[in-house]
Amino acid sequence: MEGDLAMKVMTMVQAINNALDIKFQEDPTIVTYGEDVGVEGGVFRVTEGLQKKYGVNRVFDSPLAESAIVGSAVGMAANGLKPIVELQFCGFVYPSYNQMISHVARFHNRSRGRYKMQMVIRFPYGGGINALEHHSESMETIYGHIPGIKVVIPSTPYDAKGLLISAIESEDPIIFMEPKRIYRAIKQEVPEEKYSIPLGKAKVLQQGTDLTLIAWGAMIREAQKAMVMAKKDGISIELIDLRSIYPIDRQTIIESVKKTGRVVIVHEEPLTFGTGAELTAIINEEAFLNLEAPVSRVAGFDTIVPLPKGEPHYIISPEKIYYHILKTMKF
Amino acid sequence: MKQTVINDHSVKTMNLLKLFSEYNPLDDKMFQVMDNEGRVQEPKYLPEISNERLIKAYKDMLFARTADLMAVSYQRQGRMYTYPPNFGQEAISGGLAVVMRDEDWFVPAFRELGAWLAKGATLKEVFLYFIGYEDGTVFKNAKNILPISVPIASQLQHAAGLGYSIRYKNEDSVVYAVVGDGGTSEGDFSEAVNFAAVWKAPVIFVVQNNQYAISVPFKMQTRSVNVAVKSYAYGIPGIKVDGNDLFAMVKVLNEASEYARAGNGPVLVEAFTYRRGSHTTSDDPTKYRTKDEEEMMAATDPIDRLRKYLVANNIYDASKEDELLAQFKKEVERQFNEAENYPAYPLENVFKYTYVDMPDDLKQQQIEHEKFLKWKETLQ
Repeated sequence: MEGDLAMKVMTMVQAINNALDIKFQEDPTIVTYGEDVGVEGGVFRVTEGLQKKYGVNRVFDSPLAESAIVGSAVGMAANGLKPIVELQFCGFVYPSYNQMISHVARFHNRSRGRYKMQMVIRFPYGGGINALEHHSESMETIYGHIPGIKVVIPSTPYDAKGLLISAIESEDPIIFMEPKRIYRAIKQEVPEEKYSIPLGKAKVLQQGTDLTLIAWGAMIREAQKAMVMAKKDGISIELIDLRSIYPIDRQTIIESVKKTGRVVIVHEEPLTFGTGAELTAIINEEAFLNLEAPVSRVAGFDTIVPLPKGEPHYIISPEKIYYHILKTMKF
Repeated sequence: MKQTVINDHSVKTMNLLKLFSEYNPLDDKMFQVMDNEGRVQEPKYLPEISNERLIKAYKDMLFARTADLMAVSYQRQGRMYTYPPNFGQEAISGGLAVVMRDEDWFVPAFRELGAWLAKGATLKEVFLYFIGYEDGTVFKNAKNILPISVPIASQLQHAAGLGYSIRYKNEDSVVYAVVGDGGTSEGDFSEAVNFAAVWKAPVIFVVQNNQYAISVPFKMQTRSVNVAVKSYAYGIPGIKVDGNDLFAMVKVLNEASEYARAGNGPVLVEAFTYRRGSHTTSDDPTKYRTKDEEEMMAATDPIDRLRKYLVANNIYDASKEDELLAQFKKEVERQFNEAENYPAYPLENVFKYTYVDMPDDLKQQQIEHEKFLKWKETLQ
């Protein structure tokens, strides 16, 4: 498919902007708003140029109130608009969590299907950019744990565009978490035309036979660095990009684990009750007899993410992933 | 329109209400004592401050500005992370510095450098915070100050609770809590002011209206003609004051604190100012405002105004200011160097403050990580 299309080198920021642009052109019921998304084009410039192109009725700055940003999207969706809202940073989402859990996630159920909450809630997340407090956390579990909401995390510009287009087209509400550490760090050829990537499907980035390594978002790059280290030891690793926190693609994971028998899961969010715990439970349920070693989790500590001088202790290094790979292989 | 809900005030609180009715926010009047040229226009409201105290207030504002501008340049040199400049807003912290007593509580947001220093924080600590150490927001020698609060307006709830605790313990303090104009849109703002009002908690809510929430101008933040007018909805007094006029700030904060201390409840003070710098060092204001506007607002600069007043009234000799600035720069540099040479951040500091009583699970995470670090040393 990619061979037939005009390609352009894009960062993740540009790919997301491009996905928004394509959907805005196609569907006049789409609007986007949030703090500084209009004139400024977002603090990370994800919505840059969209207000000029589509006008202030479709791309606009809201007052500073996260709860109202998400809560008002419920009303818009109830009357047929498709809001895409931006929350500025992962740590500022929480005032809107009440609207997410009490309404966004429930309207379809509460109204027995009468009201669909077709909306996308986007926000940057994750550490590694030397930011102030509240700007570095990864909390995908607390969103994945809400029944009624799907949670998507891209790891490349290509995936970001294709997944966002699917997210916008999904009739279920989607939380789209953007790993800001790699917003501009990865450049990739991305088709200029519209394409979509199905939600809820993990992607096998590399085939392998000895160990299954599962990661997502900014951790994919770190996992790939660890794989370079493990290659010297002759370990053949299968790398899976989960891409969807909920629903979880059981099939891809189980097929891989049945082949390898060994698993290392990597996530930035705190270890306890993290997404890795759910993945481990699924593996136990469906591939217990195939396991050669306990499932190993490399995760954030159960602590507050430290300020920049302490953050290097917290951030998961490729060496730490490699360490867990070796431990799992030697078990 | 009259504020009828307030009826149990002493003579002193009557003064406050007189001032507030003269500058009724419904008429969008702004209380100002001194004009842009430093000429006193409202002599009856000129607060009583000794010349000595006034010179100190001026020098403190100048020191805060020197530190603030140098902080921005340290950030540009890559020696500090994101920093929120105070440039142009120094009279708000300056007014708080004059009025706040040790026993009063200060509830910061993140743009009140002069007030932190007045409370007893050191510049070294402030630099430490923005260099990336939690140690920098402990303010260990400052009495009654909360840590810096980044989530917008969330800190105001804490101010309401502090206010309640002051009443409960029958203490003589008041709470000064700061938020920006953007923060007034948050639900937390309304909830906090309402709580404080219902509880008659002694809280002075100071809104630094610097006219922008990052890129979003005040007129897109609210349909209210000003922030102070919102006080009517909560049944408390509110006033819009020229936040670039130290005298007006001191007068209003003095009256407000007397009113609150007398048991009448909270006051909403809108300090009208202009953020001459960027929102933070990550922001580029040329995207959303004009040079003309910046120049126009520069004419209202709080430090220039106070200097004009001090010089015209023969209180201060500005001819030695270059010397003073050189001395300030040296002091800022000294404290920054101390912060820069602060000991490395040990691993245990990531863990040890998460809980008072650290769960075994968490201890184990630290032990496991230390094992990994030992192994890592053996790599090549």
